[in-house]
Amino acid sequence: MSVALGRRRAWTAAPVLLLFLPPALLLFTALVVVPIGEAGWYSFYDWSGYGVPTNFVGWRNFFLISRYPAFHTALINNLIIIAVSLCIQLPMALGLATLVASRIRGALVFRLIFFLPYILADVAAGLIWSFMFDGDYGITGAIARALGFPAPFVLADPNWALVAVLVVIVWKYFGFHMMLFIAGLQGIDAPLLDAAAIDGANRWQRFRRVILPLLRPTIRLSVFFSVIGSLQLFDLIMPLTKGGPADSTQTIVTFLYTFGITRMRVGFGSAVGVVLFLICVVFAFSYKRLTFRDDE
Amino acid sequence: MTPVSAPFGRRTLLAAAAAVGVFGRGATPAQAAQATVRWLHLEVNPAILKIWTDAAAEFQASHPDTEVKLQFLENEAFKAKLPTLLQSPDAPSMFYSWGGGVMRAQIETGMLRPFGDQMDKAWQARLNPAALDAFRYQDKIWGAPHQMALMNIFFNKKLMQKGGVDGSQIRNWDDLLAAVKALKAAGVTPIAIGGGDKWPIMHWWAYLVVRAGGRQALADAKAGKNGGFTGPAFIQAGQLLKQLTDLKPFQDGWLGHTFPQMLGVFGDQRAAMLLSFAGTPARQARAAADGKGVAIEDTGLISFPLVQGGKGLPTDTMGGINAWLLSRNAPPQTAEFLNLLTSVKYQKATAATGIYMPSVPEANSAITDPLLKLAAEELARSTYHQNYFDQDLGPDVGRQLNDKTTELAAGRITPEALAKNIQEAWDLSH
Repeated sequence: MSVALGRRRAWTAAPVLLLFLPPALLLFTALVVVPIGEAGWYSFYDWSGYGVPTNFVGWRNFFLISRYPAFHTALINNLIIIAVSLCIQLPMALGLATLVASRIRGALVFRLIFFLPYILADVAAGLIWSFMFDGDYGITGAIARALGFPAPFVLADPNWALVAVLVVIVWKYFGFHMMLFIAGLQGIDAPLLDAAAIDGANRWQRFRRVILPLLRPTIRLSVFFSVIGSLQLFDLIMPLTKGGPADSTQTIVTFLYTFGITRMRVGFGSAVGVVLFLICVVFAFSYKRLTFRDDE
Repeated sequence: MTPVSAPFGRRTLLAAAAAVGVFGRGATPAQAAQATVRWLHLEVNPAILKIWTDAAAEFQASHPDTEVKLQFLENEAFKAKLPTLLQSPDAPSMFYSWGGGVMRAQIETGMLRPFGDQMDKAWQARLNPAALDAFRYQDKIWGAPHQMALMNIFFNKKLMQKGGVDGSQIRNWDDLLAAVKALKAAGVTPIAIGGGDKWPIMHWWAYLVVRAGGRQALADAKAGKNGGFTGPAFIQAGQLLKQLTDLKPFQDGWLGHTFPQMLGVFGDQRAAMLLSFAGTPARQARAAADGKGVAIEDTGLISFPLVQGGKGLPTDTMGGINAWLLSRNAPPQTAEFLNLLTSVKYQKATAATGIYMPSVPEANSAITDPLLKLAAEELARSTYHQNYFDQDLGPDVGRQLNDKTTELAAGRITPEALAKNIQEAWDLSH
């Protein structure tokens, strides 16, 4: 593009910019930038949420966060959730997507069935599963009794609660990633696969050498959503375990809520929010640099 | 916006305006109200709500310039949203309170208004003095108490019989431990508890502190005397609670159960005892699978057991006191309405439901539930009434206490570690 043309474009764009930019900019500033800035400010105060923060405590809130065993559990849990999302949920979604992406009879029905959990509200899904995991009335208890074992109370057992939560997470979100992969698969040119088949590539080789490389942008997107979604996990945990028992299922956000908001320590909660924000920002930028670099 | 032709648009607009005007005037006479009393509450029981709406209607009839609006928030949502709400233009005029540390924080930041002259001698005189004292701070009265609670151990007579235990004979902690062992041997779950909500466990520990250390224990700990929260009464309470939890007295899955589920376990006759508020017999019936629960004649009640060498008196009690607080910009009619709401008439109506104990002693005569009557008499004899620990200590230390007592009951920390942890939490926020 020539410089002159570029400048002329900018000029004709000016009225449009003046008209359409301010509302968006204003909203973004008021609803995103200001709250982030405020949280950063509160995080240096010991503040109950009443009145104006006056008790400046410096870095104490951040120091306290680092000392909470529950926060360490939350961090580790977040990492476990990310690992499970990437190592179990993602391959499962990809595998199912290859099965139901083709236009064969019945594929649409299965796509709908697999996608249904994702449509369900998080809190509703959490409640349903909390009933299913109940040792007295739930399905897990009934199965255990039928097999002659004592009924387990998985959500009440600090050693098993996280496993139960992970099952629900995978069940809830694999459908979303499957849909991403279906879209990706349908974007692959059929002649490419035909050509590979003619060249003598078997099913696995076609998947490994043709489909997978072409799906790379979709996989990158799916990983990105998995990680950010895992870091922000909250709604599903609350109806299931509230982060318990004995903090064994805390995530960073449930930690923020339980130890910040419900204890009326808005300053401390803000500090947790700042930590989470930094983790997300660092991840988002380094991920972008690492994975999108080789595309350009 | 939907595109409409101009004349049509204007006509519908006029019609709509007329309709609003007509309905506005016809349907709600309070539309011309000069004052709105916004009443933020947590109540879900229809019997209580009926009494409140009746009171609101009576007040509006005598004060045509005032509208009383009930607004509901769920317990946890209430606690989380109140700080923001109180600082907004839509602040409630009056709202629910447990007193204690949260109320003090609200007062110190100027969110509340004291009653001042609006609470006259006659009003003060009819209220329970202990209840009124709980809402006195800096020599001013900040709340109109409306209900009181007392923690007691309730038991299922039939299940106790199965274990060969006479519930009414449990006087001290060793009696209780013996009863738990006997019930377990007979295949009966001794105690229902809601470990998921944590505070039901904390109350066992707190009552043990009150029994072991008496009225001075908590006051001393707050003042940092006698080793603060690591003092002998607190360590002993932890040790005694551990004796109990080592016997595995709770229902299966107790660590995940909420308070309503705990009531359900008792109501479904799956556990013999529980530590809960006066009014539990009425509540467990609703929480039971059959909607009836344990029949009132099969339910027994005992005071919390005494501990060996404890400084507490048998007549020391523990339980909550709830009041309505005034927010700083509440219209003056709010206090007038509260005067009506805490009048003998409405307190009697509350007492008759069997759900809450009234804050007006005169209304005790309206209690028909025999167990609530027992509790009311116990409260009337009380030598010292301790507010719930988690409310008294404020939201921060209170929640920490709930967490750590639950961990103790789950066998994850020692009584000494619990005490040390609470002391640290206290030091941090004071």
